[in-house]
Amino acid sequence: MPQAKSQTLPDDRGHFGEYGGRFVAETLMEAVTELQEAYEKYIVDPEFLQDFDNDLKYYVGRPSPLYFAERWTKKVGGARLYLKREDLNHTGAHKINNTIGQALLAKRMGKSRIIAETGAGQHGVATATIAARLGIECVVYMGSVDVERQAMNVYRMKLLGAKVVAVESGSKTLKDALNEAMRDWVTNVDNTFYIIGTVAGPHPYPAMVRDFQAIIGREAKEQCLEAEGRLPDAIVACVGGGSNAIGLFYPFIDDESVAIYGVEAAGDGIDTGRHAASLCAGRPGVLHGNRTYLIEDPDGQIIETHSISAGLDYPGVGPEHAWLKDTGRAKYVPITDEEALKAFHDLTRTEGIIPALESSHALAYGEKLAREMDKDKIVIVNLSGRGDKDMHTVAARQGIRF
Amino acid sequence: MSRIKQRFEELALGKRTALIPFITAGDPHPDYTVSCMHALVKGGADILELGVPFSDPMADGPVIQHASERALKHHVSLTDVMKMVKEFREQDQTTPVILMGYCNPIEIKGYDEVVTAAIESGVDGFLTVDLPPEEAEDFNQRLKAAGIDPVFLIAPTSTDERIEAICRSASGFVYYVSLKGVTGSSQLDTSSIKKKVDLIRKHTDLPVGVGFGIKDGKTAATVARVSDAVVVGSALVSRMEALQDQPDKISDEIQGFMAELRDAIDAVA
Repeated sequence: MPQAKSQTLPDDRGHFGEYGGRFVAETLMEAVTELQEAYEKYIVDPEFLQDFDNDLKYYVGRPSPLYFAERWTKKVGGARLYLKREDLNHTGAHKINNTIGQALLAKRMGKSRIIAETGAGQHGVATATIAARLGIECVVYMGSVDVERQAMNVYRMKLLGAKVVAVESGSKTLKDALNEAMRDWVTNVDNTFYIIGTVAGPHPYPAMVRDFQAIIGREAKEQCLEAEGRLPDAIVACVGGGSNAIGLFYPFIDDESVAIYGVEAAGDGIDTGRHAASLCAGRPGVLHGNRTYLIEDPDGQIIETHSISAGLDYPGVGPEHAWLKDTGRAKYVPITDEEALKAFHDLTRTEGIIPALESSHALAYGEKLAREMDKDKIVIVNLSGRGDKDMHTVAARQGIRF
Repeated sequence: MSRIKQRFEELALGKRTALIPFITAGDPHPDYTVSCMHALVKGGADILELGVPFSDPMADGPVIQHASERALKHHVSLTDVMKMVKEFREQDQTTPVILMGYCNPIEIKGYDEVVTAAIESGVDGFLTVDLPPEEAEDFNQRLKAAGIDPVFLIAPTSTDERIEAICRSASGFVYYVSLKGVTGSSQLDTSSIKKKVDLIRKHTDLPVGVGFGIKDGKTAATVARVSDAVVVGSALVSRMEALQDQPDKISDEIQGFMAELRDAIDAVA
């Protein structure tokens, strides 16, 4: 159950310091205001929270284990490495926590149609899944480039009864899918709920998605106390838009002894320009309804990003991460495609767990970090998703085609 | 007095409704934008809205988005757009020019630099789609201090309270978006437009422009009956798109289209 907030951000206009806010056209303002009112009402409504908890328990399979990776720890040779197993959730990633929360809210608001954007397809699948379960019409926007790259997930969404719309505008990837979903929402606001998959977008999305994902950190904290009798020394998660990361981080923000690391996709390397590391290499600007760090050209045009993992391939980042970076509470670090791939294989071979390429970025940094720490220290890495969806990408790197 | 205010006062004296065309700067090629601006004025435009291209135009439909994409192929920046206005001003010192676009190209230059460049190039107003009044305080203050008008949108879904707040922040005129949806959507419901415009007038003495859904003389005349200004965007940009491979013909085409709308609007008065 979402706890009383230990932090006071965002403020009532959705600002995390200078970040966040509500930078949307007037045509969307009423829709986001309506959403905010509903969200504020239901996030403290015991019946809503009970429904949410029940779904997380019986449908998703929560709590997800906090797993001590013994062989991996030995191999790395430093701090004790724990994995928060979000890969074991129904649909295989953390995304479902948030889609359930928002879909239950949509139902409470009397919306008969839900829409979503997706990059790799994970959020689309999670949305189509809950839409099928609640019997709500579902439309998923996906860049046409991603539709081609992620044929399997497109098929999964269709099996679940969702309509997948290929977006042909702009760079034909995640950001364009988001633009298109916003357009749909503006046009069909009366009956439509827009389920954003990450902690970006106009207020209240960054706060709302965080609150639905914070179950990750609350469980991890409790589980760590139970297993080790104390809090971890460091927590690590990958950051694209940043929803799995904020979910893990949020309940630890006030625990000053816990170091927080967000891991961004450095692609081919930050200095090649082919990356998706908005916090490490971008600058503040306004996109998709909020002020945050962006990857942009000198004219303020958003540029195409690159990462081996489609889920991290986004030119912005959640505004709360921007704020955590500027305040110094969290540290954001880059991991390249190569480093992530190595961690992918390491974990697969030492623990028999095939991680998502997104999560492999967090694993790669977790290794680096643990190696430099004493053996009695504790590091939790968020294993945000499983790697089945990435078989094609990894195999292609080894020159294998199915 | 701002050029926009002055223009509306002149129009009011002649009991005329303003005609405000929108084109995207740099579409289909930056070399043609200034001549297009002059052609629009010749055809009967009173105020020009010049779109600043942006990579992610969330509130626009496919027509305007494609115009943005054509302009971005030539890397048209906010600085370039200001230069076009400056060039336009060499021959036309009276027609107001409003820059319509998104926040990020302004953010990256910084508000002060944008305002300075706007004064220097003769820009009269900014309509920044994703900068609503509650996020616009800083930019607004600087614009108003420089005598430049911040123009804001009002939507069919805007509540009384929001209309009030928007009218307080705006100067020059307010722009009522007459349909739900993005630019270029199709339906147009006149009786609901009239109702909303009447409501807006209760909150402000500023002129009220109406746009979204105007595609020909007939729809322009309908809107002219209830508003102070008729804004036409997608219908105009579509005509330019059709001629993108024969850019020399664009000026004549859009001048003719403006004249058609002008006649239809003036016939109402």
